[in-house]
Amino acid sequence: MRSIHRMQRTMFARTIRTIRVVLGAAVLGWLGLASTVCAFQATEGASASAGRASKRAVLPPQVEKIDKAMESAWADAKIKPSAVEDEIKWCRRVYLDLIGRIPSFEEFSEFAKDKSPDKRYTLVNKLLNDDQYTEEYAAHWSTIWTNTLIGRNGGMEERSLIDRQGMNKYLRDSFANNKPYNTMVYELVTATGTTKPGTEGFNGATNFLAMKVNEENGVQATAAVSKIFLGLQVQCTQCHNHPFNQWKQQKFWEFNAFFRQSRALRRFTKGTNDINFVELVNEDFAGEGSHPDKAEIYYQLRNGVTKVAYPVFIDGTAIGKSGYVSEVNRRDELGKMMMESDFLDKAIVNRVWSHFLGYGFTKPIDDLGPHSPVSHIELFEQLAKDFRNSSYDLKQLMVWIAMSKPYQLTSKIGKENESDDPSVGELPKFSHFYTRQMSAEQLYTSLAVATQANRKGNLEEQQRRREDWMRQFIVAFGTDEGDETTTFNGSIPQSLMMFNGELIREAISLEPGTWLHQLSQNRAAPQDKVQYLFIAGLGRKPKPEELTVATQILAARKGEVGGMLQDMWWAILNSNEFIFNH
Amino acid sequence: MWNRYVTPSGMTRRHFMSHAAGAGAMMGASLSFGHSLRVHADELKKSRKSCILLWMGGGPSSMDIWDLKPGTDNGGEFKQISTSGDVLISEHMPMMAQQMHHMAIIRSMSTREADHNRGRYYMHTGYVPDANVDYPSYGSVISHEVISQRPELEIPPFVSVGGASEGPGFLGMAWAPFNVTSNGRVRNLEMSVDNDRLMQRRVALETIENSFIAQKRGSVLEDHRKVLGKTFDLLTSKQMEAFQVDKEPEEMKEMYGKNGFGQGCLLARRLVEAGVPFVEVDLGGWDNHQNIFRTLQNDRLPVLDKAMAALTSDLSDRGLLEDTCIIWMGEFSRTPRINADAGRDHWARAWSVVVGGAGIKGGQAVGATNEDGTEVVGEPYSSEDLMASVCHALGISLETTFTSKNGRPMKIANSGKLIKDLFA
Repeated sequence: MRSIHRMQRTMFARTIRTIRVVLGAAVLGWLGLASTVCAFQATEGASASAGRASKRAVLPPQVEKIDKAMESAWADAKIKPSAVEDEIKWCRRVYLDLIGRIPSFEEFSEFAKDKSPDKRYTLVNKLLNDDQYTEEYAAHWSTIWTNTLIGRNGGMEERSLIDRQGMNKYLRDSFANNKPYNTMVYELVTATGTTKPGTEGFNGATNFLAMKVNEENGVQATAAVSKIFLGLQVQCTQCHNHPFNQWKQQKFWEFNAFFRQSRALRRFTKGTNDINFVELVNEDFAGEGSHPDKAEIYYQLRNGVTKVAYPVFIDGTAIGKSGYVSEVNRRDELGKMMMESDFLDKAIVNRVWSHFLGYGFTKPIDDLGPHSPVSHIELFEQLAKDFRNSSYDLKQLMVWIAMSKPYQLTSKIGKENESDDPSVGELPKFSHFYTRQMSAEQLYTSLAVATQANRKGNLEEQQRRREDWMRQFIVAFGTDEGDETTTFNGSIPQSLMMFNGELIREAISLEPGTWLHQLSQNRAAPQDKVQYLFIAGLGRKPKPEELTVATQILAARKGEVGGMLQDMWWAILNSNEFIFNH
Repeated sequence: MWNRYVTPSGMTRRHFMSHAAGAGAMMGASLSFGHSLRVHADELKKSRKSCILLWMGGGPSSMDIWDLKPGTDNGGEFKQISTSGDVLISEHMPMMAQQMHHMAIIRSMSTREADHNRGRYYMHTGYVPDANVDYPSYGSVISHEVISQRPELEIPPFVSVGGASEGPGFLGMAWAPFNVTSNGRVRNLEMSVDNDRLMQRRVALETIENSFIAQKRGSVLEDHRKVLGKTFDLLTSKQMEAFQVDKEPEEMKEMYGKNGFGQGCLLARRLVEAGVPFVEVDLGGWDNHQNIFRTLQNDRLPVLDKAMAALTSDLSDRGLLEDTCIIWMGEFSRTPRINADAGRDHWARAWSVVVGGAGIKGGQAVGATNEDGTEVVGEPYSSEDLMASVCHALGISLETTFTSKNGRPMKIANSGKLIKDLFA
């Protein structure tokens, strides 16, 4: 624990050094602050929608498909969608969703000053394609996918077989190069090689399955691959035919049979008992009946009767029964068949859609079984097809969604769409943006940017420090399946961290050299400084009552501007408006 | 009390508030759901009930702990021993055997959820997972129902020790479990500013918070405000001392067992003494697909036995057991049939939970399983029935209804029926 604190201190020491450089420019340009602030006028409603109308022609056709489907669903449900969101608020939203952090003061300002009707489209393309954002884009999406593939705790367990950095590295490289999604899935499912960067035969993709193939005959691999990539929840059918799931026990074990050649071999640090890294290999599988040319597996029905299974894909396609890798490489065969499955397309479209819009077409997003009700089913299937036809280009899919009408809407709920509340069990209508909490990772990165520490240092190191910080929020469930949850969920431990945690204390520090110290020393009027804080944190100017409180606090601080700024910045960072994506 | 908040410049919090429109709304916990209980506060204080849930993550094997089948194919390696009650239990629970006169074993639990996540949810809420409605868990329901008996409580009414528990569902984040580690350490309690300044910051925060809530951007924002209010309460509360399990005498720590679960149970007793109505203590490691007998005998059961027996006797000695319900359960049990790896897999069809205290008749087994432990004999009981019975023991009316956000009324404990034998 102590070492984490030390690392955080080191990080902030570096922050302090870098702020001097960054803030130099900001402070010199201070006279420009007033005009920058003037650009922050609300643009909700008319101007933004007018802007959209004139640029529609240049948008990909999928945007219109989404808009039409939504509009007709709103009409059917007799609800009226909320207005288009203020463009500055939307700008904050799109930074959070695409690159995992809020915009800096300068980025807010740049967007506010852009008068082009295409400014939203320009921004989306810039965040996705401009070199200056590539690393952040890749870091953001690799974080999301690392958590999806190995959990927030994967690689942190005692004697873990996972190298978390290896997983991160593979994913970062994949997203930085915009690797087609199907290629990425194929690589993850069929990976062989070593888990640790720098070792011979390194293949970071192996970390996905490294801890899921050895125990319990690869049951974890079966459940994770089917759930994450195909949206099929089969874990319950391992032991019996489940009443709520069309998958039968037989299908579970047939799918499981694809993983039975796979082994994760421990490689130890010389002369010790410590696992240095793991090598994921395919080995000849003799089968449980010891006939490698017909390598079967056995499972038991609940009444104790033993049944036999061979590898058969979910659509009923069987492959050769041989357990010899040279004759049939079972994971390769699985990977190839997954590439043909339209469940692959739907699962990812649902995942990305839910990332941007707060809910998927099904709930949960990784359950596409026939028992799950689907909202907007035609649109969902169309987008899945279009995504396949785009050669699985994730960035294109993100453009379609980020430019679509539902993503432009405000999170303000009106009289005519207050029934659209998926949190009470309604299927989502997407008639307003669904307010949701930032992830812990988004918060961490946003704080770094709001205190102007974002662009510096190695992103890989930053990611590692952030994961160390994240550990305080992870709670495990004590099952063999490594289930976990996080207390960064809007409950009291999160509030306590935001009130008193080291991260926040550093963010509001007045030590010489910090961002806030620089601001306090500047010659601008206290009110302008407060404005600066509100724009940097919330992307808006303070309201009169907020300025009044600032004035009162300044008096309570006996005119000490630094103390007042500290208190106001603390309040801004702790507010719902900051911690929520809205 | 307001004097505490007078600032050096003579400005009080109240003065601040008068300038900050609507800021007062954050004060106190606002209840959004109706109570059927409308009893005078003094009476409520007299009947202050609490509940401690000992959660056994992974699904412990009933047949090796509470409902042994010696001499059958499924029986396994353990013998049974007699107890202070009219029941026999595993030989590896010798200390608990001396406390069984306080506890009832329900041997006829029969459920359908044998997946960890589904089972955990079902046993915590009385509902199977439902994509459409997010149901509140035991701790959220019970603390929500009895909070009015505790006007003085400043610390969270639902504490989860060493584990995650389950969430507050539609009751909102203000009723979420407060997660702490088993040593009771609460992170980030140390404030860097004095109370005066904290209260000034609070006013600034309330001002921003409230103006954003007024924009009607969803109920999660209201929940955020409630959680902030609870956090402020807790930060300035002396009651937080209850978490300092280190202050217990050494013999007490030894008695509960110097391990996470033992100290967690000791912490639970401290919290109940301080007025916390619901504490969950987590002990994982019961997912014994392999080598079940060695793991239970050498590892899990000694830890469980010591801590659970210490908790029961300690509560009893302090006169707290008559108002405190103890529940011992996991998400399901394990297969009667022993598998090829000398383990047992998931089994929900016939299994045991243990309850005691708060007026429950101890020393008995309610219900039974058949000879090889595969089926319940007689009336089976569900998670709903168990929850209804616990609520009843805690004085919560089974007529209590909740209204979820979409206006649908639902009875507490999913209309579970009382297990009458527990109260005979």
